[in-house]
Amino acid sequence: MNDRIIFEDVSKFYGEVLGVNRISLSIPPGITTLVGPNGSGKTTIMNLMTGLVQPSRGHISVLGLRPSDQLELFSILGYCTQFDFFPRGLTGWQFVLDGLMLHGMEEAMAVDLAQQAIERVQLGDAAWRKIAGYSKGMRQKIRLAQAIAHHPRVLVLDEPLNGLDPMARAESIALFEELSRQGMHVLISSHILDEVDRISDRVILITGGYLIAEGNIHQVRQEVHEKPMQVLIRCDRPEVLASKMFAINHCVEARLHADGKGVFLRTADIDQFYSMLNGIAADGLVKIDAVAPADDDANAIYEYLIGKDGSPS
Amino acid sequence: MTDMPLARAREIAQQPWGLWWMQAQRLTRIELRRNLFSWRATWIYCLAFIPAVIIFIHLLADTHPSFQMGEDTNILAGIVQLYYIRLGVFFGCLGIFSRLIRGEMIERSLHFYLLSPVRREVLLLAKFAAGSISAVFLFGSAIVADFALMYVGFGAAGRDYIFDGPGLGQLEAYLLIIVLACLGYGAVFLLLSMMFRNPTPAAMLVLGWETINPVLPSLLQKISVASYLRHLMPVTVCGGGIFALLTVETEAVPGWVATAGLLGLIALVLLYSCYRIRTLEIRYSTE
Repeated sequence: MNDRIIFEDVSKFYGEVLGVNRISLSIPPGITTLVGPNGSGKTTIMNLMTGLVQPSRGHISVLGLRPSDQLELFSILGYCTQFDFFPRGLTGWQFVLDGLMLHGMEEAMAVDLAQQAIERVQLGDAAWRKIAGYSKGMRQKIRLAQAIAHHPRVLVLDEPLNGLDPMARAESIALFEELSRQGMHVLISSHILDEVDRISDRVILITGGYLIAEGNIHQVRQEVHEKPMQVLIRCDRPEVLASKMFAINHCVEARLHADGKGVFLRTADIDQFYSMLNGIAADGLVKIDAVAPADDDANAIYEYLIGKDGSPS
Repeated sequence: MTDMPLARAREIAQQPWGLWWMQAQRLTRIELRRNLFSWRATWIYCLAFIPAVIIFIHLLADTHPSFQMGEDTNILAGIVQLYYIRLGVFFGCLGIFSRLIRGEMIERSLHFYLLSPVRREVLLLAKFAAGSISAVFLFGSAIVADFALMYVGFGAAGRDYIFDGPGLGQLEAYLLIIVLACLGYGAVFLLLSMMFRNPTPAAMLVLGWETINPVLPSLLQKISVASYLRHLMPVTVCGGGIFALLTVETEAVPGWVATAGLLGLIALVLLYSCYRIRTLEIRYSTE
């Protein structure tokens, strides 16, 4: 059994409507975030992986298993969908337990795993209440509990942070990180880029059904050559640093920070930029306190490649 | 933590039949728990027990001299053939079986089953089993109630008819007819609910087909649930007027052939349903 989720030239058409087109991916363990505007094809990719929809062309394998191998696939995969609907009349506890019982395990084991999962998502006594009376955040949690209850190796999460308050978001993100550390594949689609950005090992950018970029966030950012990278440098003499750096031709913009203790610089050649900066620091002209990329995150990449309205800026 | 599912997957691959059976039992239990006693099914309970209510009124309001037993026996046969088979079980099964897959798609909860480690064929057959148990329990109870209420008014003569005469045999035949009707219509409506967003128009076509079936050529008669059941009726119903169309006997067929024929038809429909569910896609936005 290999350890990757593989899409080979996968397309999906809903009649004449494009879902995704010619997607090829090879996703290793860790946290991978699917980023794209509404209708870009994120959910289609997740549904294709799990067999809820079939590809019009191409092949998909999840750790060596085809989506049609339901028995084996769903023993190792948990999918927390964004469909906010549940089978009628169930309590949270019954919902998780019923799911586990379908794995064919003994009832005692299923009860034990259901208990663990509900504790993990911190749903507490609410698990004994009917799901129909849950808040949106609680419904999100019980879906997550059901997806992780059987200890899957692959966890697919479609907008898992929707409806959660900041505390619950932080707890969920911590849980995703923990699962990732245990060697799981965690595939997340989310609009809340600021929060998933910090934990993602890699991002997949998709828009209009087409794959725009994939890889480590920093690698993807560096590949966006037409957008000079922005760096914030905290130092004692920002105006001197700005004048020095602006003299080199690949530095295209310099802007003082509002507090006067730093400068934003944009450069078309980040490697040469850092080399120059080291030289200036070594000469002692400026005392540099901190250097940090200012647009090296999922938000910035999203805006450059996809744009706020779905078209690249 | 991550070794457990791998071991489980290997275990599953080695002994699928035992697992499928266990999953089918558990799915059936879940379905029965959710669907057997539900306020939404009230109209189906009414469909099943309306004749029992009418027979009960007849029991209270009318006298029951023993010479009327033959007439009441014919009336009961008519209720089974003309009401239950043509209307009660037909529409009851439409309500029960079309909810199993299509109802879950409308409620947007079917994906939970499709995302569990259960073969879709097992899921379909388990849902069919649950629907069949519900329908047979409901309509079987109704037939037993009809039968008991129909003969209890005759006192000792009624008891003799049931226990020392043809009564019990007739009851068994009615129950067999009800079981086969539930399975037959259930299989058809389960399939229709996967083929159409609204299976009701298609069900009306089936009802039309079933109605004109007795006057069709014998080959076409074989594609009908009611035509097989007619041959199993323990009491021949002689209809007049419009009812003649519903009760016409065109070709005598032994009971075992009718039973086997209907079971064969059910198996074929379920087989095609299994094929359909393999390729079923979850696209709730189109529901």
